[in-house]
Amino acid sequence: MAVMTYRDALNQALAEEMERDESVFLMGEEVAEYDGAYKVSRGLLERFGDGRVVDTPISELGFAGLGVGAAMAGLRPVIEFMTFNFAYLALDQVINNAAKTHYMTNGQLRVPIVFRGPNGAALQLAAQHSQACESYYLHAPGVKLASPATPADAKGLLKAAIRDDDPVVVMESEMLYNARGDVPEGEHVVPLGVADVKMEGTDVSIISHGQMVHVALQAARMLEKDGVSAEVLDLRSLRPLDAEAILRSVHKTNRAVYVEEGWPFAGVGAQVVALIQDEAFDDLDAPVRRVTQADVPMPYARNLEKLSKPDAARVVDACGEVLYRQ
Amino acid sequence: MPNSAVRDASKSAPSPLIEGFPAEQVLGFLREMLVYRRFEQKAEEAYAIGKIGGFCHLHTGQEAVALGFTGPLRPEDYTLSAYREHTLALAKGISARSAMAELYGRAGGCSGGRGGSMHLFSAKHNFMGGWGIVGGQIPLATGLGWAIRYRGEDRVCACFLGDAAVNQGAFHESLNMAAVWKLPVIYIVENNGYGMGTAFQRVTTTPMVEKSRAHGIPAHEVNGQDVLAVWRLMEDLAERVRDGAGPQFVDAETYRFKGHSMSDPVSGTYRSKEEVESRVREDDPIAHLRDLLMETGHLTQRDLERMDEEVRELVEDAADFADRSPVPSEEGLHEFVYADPDVQGRLFLDGRGG
Repeated sequence: MAVMTYRDALNQALAEEMERDESVFLMGEEVAEYDGAYKVSRGLLERFGDGRVVDTPISELGFAGLGVGAAMAGLRPVIEFMTFNFAYLALDQVINNAAKTHYMTNGQLRVPIVFRGPNGAALQLAAQHSQACESYYLHAPGVKLASPATPADAKGLLKAAIRDDDPVVVMESEMLYNARGDVPEGEHVVPLGVADVKMEGTDVSIISHGQMVHVALQAARMLEKDGVSAEVLDLRSLRPLDAEAILRSVHKTNRAVYVEEGWPFAGVGAQVVALIQDEAFDDLDAPVRRVTQADVPMPYARNLEKLSKPDAARVVDACGEVLYRQ
Repeated sequence: MPNSAVRDASKSAPSPLIEGFPAEQVLGFLREMLVYRRFEQKAEEAYAIGKIGGFCHLHTGQEAVALGFTGPLRPEDYTLSAYREHTLALAKGISARSAMAELYGRAGGCSGGRGGSMHLFSAKHNFMGGWGIVGGQIPLATGLGWAIRYRGEDRVCACFLGDAAVNQGAFHESLNMAAVWKLPVIYIVENNGYGMGTAFQRVTTTPMVEKSRAHGIPAHEVNGQDVLAVWRLMEDLAERVRDGAGPQFVDAETYRFKGHSMSDPVSGTYRSKEEVESRVREDDPIAHLRDLLMETGHLTQRDLERMDEEVRELVEDAADFADRSPVPSEEGLHEFVYADPDVQGRLFLDGRGG
């Protein structure tokens, strides 16, 4: 076990998988000579050469589609989007081509590709650079999606994604790249579809994924001081979804709050709420609440941005509501 | 597989030459293109009586493009196209039976009934689709070319696209990358003059060949109604690309004899009846070849009738096969959404499919 940053954990996963399997290559804007816009690919060009660590023109649609074609031929591309904000340009290739090929070909072709990069808001990057894009991808059958919250999961989930025979979207977070944590050395694969209970509790379930897991934990610690025992569940991957872990937690606490960076309309939390009401209605003592980004494009002004983002205080308030303490 | 007969004809006994091609081979070309023509006619009939549903785009009139660009390729070479691809699939070796069964939405179809007219696939023939979004297949072809180069393989990828697709970003992004990395891809524009109902000249100000030259990719022009010219060009291009010449671009002028799809009249607001009639009369690739064979004394009317009868039987047999083929299993609705459905957690949220 070594302590390292989320960034270095991703780097280690890439290096180990490229070492293990020659069909794995990394492609994207600034991934090679520049070492990655967020330095996730630092040193990989030197180690694996420009045939496998490939700088592209700024052509998100083009290189995403190139990756899909290469995957159809049996390679295992890792396509880096500098951020998922730019990946809208490539959405046709992800949804229409990557996600549907295995089905449309009746199983003849597979598309073992990873699309990865930072997702969600950083600080004062304004509307076009501060978006949580999970729902676009989750909506389409054929796509898998993972969203690691810790360095260990960043390594383990990325390794699982690269080895997966389906298209997997791995959503990282700019705000987490410098976060440090214990990361198992060598073979450490976190299977998709397995949630992680980050904190045990009995009064309310705070369910989340990605960067917001840390907001959930912060809220849980605040609640603890107030005598409330919150359980924090990190879904880690959203498709496949560890529905049983959600239902188990709600069965124990009878109350739930979903925290996510994205917008509320058709958000991840909306799906989780639907699941809970469908399969755990009788367990509930209160309506499930969601804490999301305000339903507006992200504003630039510091005060408005703060107002738009989910934070621990709002999560505490939402927990108070479902506990009927307010 | 009719195509192998076409390809191998050149290896049989010495035969007189027609424009440099053994006469036997040219007769094979005629038969093959007749298969494409009769296949599309059968599809049209089947559509009219509801055996084929959805969108259905016929390739009638563009047979020489399908044969001439595919025939010179090797089995291991990749081809792919947009949604006007029935005959391109046949040219790559997919049987008329499995192609027709796919149009009928049957389990015996080359995509198991999951694809339909626009999504014919056969991995074993390296026919990589069958894609429904204009230009969407061009990055995929570029990626297939990337994979060839990555592994150092001796194969090429031929990417068919319509003239309208060159106005998509996917086209320009792909050609730029193919040029930068010298990928073994031949981009072939089936230039039938219309993107659905919009004449090409109305939506661009530069000639077709400039589209690739802007990216540093050599452009070649060919009469897409002349199968011998197309075949010769493709033989040459495929060899050059195998030798490392990098990507190539072809503008093949052709003409669509039918409407854009089955729901579109043959002529209409965007092209006149007179235009269509004159092109069908004067520029039919099959008629051109027939006349050439007859003029050079290699084909009689009787030979042609016999050939056509055989071809019609083949296509009838394909339709019978499609009719008899079972519909896809309903239990398998969720099968093949994911390569490995046996995972932890839920992949499907509709309460079905595990």
